[in-house]
Amino acid sequence: MWEYTDKLKDHFFNPRNVGEVEDPDGVGEVGSLACGDALRLTFKLDENGKIKDAKFKTFGCASAIATSSVLTEMIKGKTIDEAVKVTNRDIANYLGGLPEQKMHCSVMGREALEAAIENYRTGGKKKHELKGRVVCNCFGVTENEIERVIRENNLTTVEDVTNYCKAGGGCGGCKGEIEKILEKIQGDRAGQVFETAPRWAGRLTNIQKIQMIQQTINEQIRPALRADGGDIELVDVVGDKVIVALRGMCAQCKMAEFTMKDVVEAKLREFVSDELFVEEDKESANQPHNHRQ
Amino acid sequence: MKTVYFDNNATTKVAEQVLEEMKPLFCELYGNPSSMHMFGGQIGRKIRRARQLVADLLGCDPAEIIFTSCGTESDNAAIKGTLAAVPHRRKVITSRVEHPAVLTVCRELQNHGYTVVELGVDKQGRLDIAELEEQIDDDTALVTIMYANNETGVVFPIDKIAELVTGRGVVFHTDAVQAIGKVPLDLSRSNIDLLSLSGHKLHGPKGVGVLYVRKGTRMSPFMLGGHQEAGRRAGTENVPGIVGLGKACELAAKNIKDENEKVKRLRDKLENAILEKCPGSQLNGDKENRLPNTSNISFEYIEGEAILLMLDKYGICASSGSACTSGSLEPSHVLRAMGVPFTAAHGSIRFSLSRYNTEEEVDYTIEKIPAIINRLRELSPFVSS
Repeated sequence: MWEYTDKLKDHFFNPRNVGEVEDPDGVGEVGSLACGDALRLTFKLDENGKIKDAKFKTFGCASAIATSSVLTEMIKGKTIDEAVKVTNRDIANYLGGLPEQKMHCSVMGREALEAAIENYRTGGKKKHELKGRVVCNCFGVTENEIERVIRENNLTTVEDVTNYCKAGGGCGGCKGEIEKILEKIQGDRAGQVFETAPRWAGRLTNIQKIQMIQQTINEQIRPALRADGGDIELVDVVGDKVIVALRGMCAQCKMAEFTMKDVVEAKLREFVSDELFVEEDKESANQPHNHRQ
Repeated sequence: MKTVYFDNNATTKVAEQVLEEMKPLFCELYGNPSSMHMFGGQIGRKIRRARQLVADLLGCDPAEIIFTSCGTESDNAAIKGTLAAVPHRRKVITSRVEHPAVLTVCRELQNHGYTVVELGVDKQGRLDIAELEEQIDDDTALVTIMYANNETGVVFPIDKIAELVTGRGVVFHTDAVQAIGKVPLDLSRSNIDLLSLSGHKLHGPKGVGVLYVRKGTRMSPFMLGGHQEAGRRAGTENVPGIVGLGKACELAAKNIKDENEKVKRLRDKLENAILEKCPGSQLNGDKENRLPNTSNISFEYIEGEAILLMLDKYGICASSGSACTSGSLEPSHVLRAMGVPFTAAHGSIRFSLSRYNTEEEVDYTIEKIPAIINRLRELSPFVSS
């Protein structure tokens, strides 16, 4: 749960200045449904050039709504020159701080204010305008923007394009068009998904096999032999032949043959491969100095 | 103010009977089951009994139950333990809608040379079994697919999937954290090799989970140390947790049918009323194949976190798939995988009920929600007044 200040909660539960100013002098619209927050700010000036009234409409989380609400409070009574100096820090500070991950809400507030002032200064003509043909209607993404993300990030699939600029992430109706743009820019590379390097699918390499045999001996076989005062050592692996030496008590044990077949071989077959068979390295077992115990 | 708790997929209340079973294990019967004295040794019996109770609920052998510290540990142990036992196979198949306890582990495997295939879902959140079948090859070490989705409650046909996967000689794991206690299970009749569950999702305590490992399944241990859990999971047993989980499983086995009928009736009442009273709302996920306790509803053009805070003001606890609740910029990966548009994904709310919810709580919530939705719609620039 986010740590919101009481002031923020107050502005969320009791937002001030909700709605739209009638016949506004400035209109600022930023954000989108895709981004998860959007703000429409409108204001009206009095005869002295001061902001007489400001209202907002916001889609977004609690902090987005609260920052919009305080923004309208903060700019009221200010001239345009004063209002333009409001920073996102000012908005956050006014609320007694915002969680770090929510600072973008204060940035959105500042952006909306800048957009509204720009709109006013250009005589209500300049809106947050989109350049080029809109391809994705859901999120208002233009062909220019899509081409740009494809070029700059070397994208090849529609999914990538959606991840980078959200285009195609709504109804999905423009996916065909995005594909065409991809083909135009990337040619044959469009739609290409990089394959992983070929490997020996499903086959044990010698290294893997030896590692598994060693691991099985360590984990499955040795503990059982140790319980009887014995031990085992992996000498070599030749094809499917596993050469081991029994040590300690096992080396002198009359049951060694049994141990080899019913314990060592059975475990290796269970954990590594059915093809394995075990051979005892009698020579090394007969050298007493080799014994570990 | 009374708390109305509709967030049972996040965690549940510990049942009173469970707590009673656990209490003596802190200050009186605090021995270590590995000790050689009776004081500690008697605890071993309690763990055996808990193991039996878990096995009874799952329909398996007690020897197939490994106690862990949580569902996430069970998932990690299952995935990494299986791969370590078959190092020559380098492909893992999962789904795009898994819990992060599986998805993050799988994505990390890609850094270690594994090929990870994430199966997509359709608009109702259903898997394409034919696609799964196509993806299984000789290089596949593991298929891990959740039993029921935590966000939408959609239940996958796991028995069928398990049969298909194991029939091809591949190990099958399922994260059943949300399903246990809500979906009747009989592992003796299923081909599932590995299954994860978590205590605190079925009115047991937090900090205890289970990994079911079918006899004969190759798996390297994840936690090394002592010989606890037959050498498959080292570490001194969380005795109160294990005993509490045992009791929770006993209660679940006894009540699963009656409770699910009651919970489903309340869930349906809540869901139908919300969908009817709130224009621009829609249900997310397959309506039929779904957990009886979960309802995921999207409210278009408003944002989930704001809804949650308004609900919270009335003591109503729920959760949301909105980006703003997680700190990321993307809404729920589950809803996105289902192709739920951004316009709706940001405004999704999950209600998850339990046996402790009442008709009165449902009525209270039905009364509050339409006003909250209308209030936020008034603020939204995408809704013309």
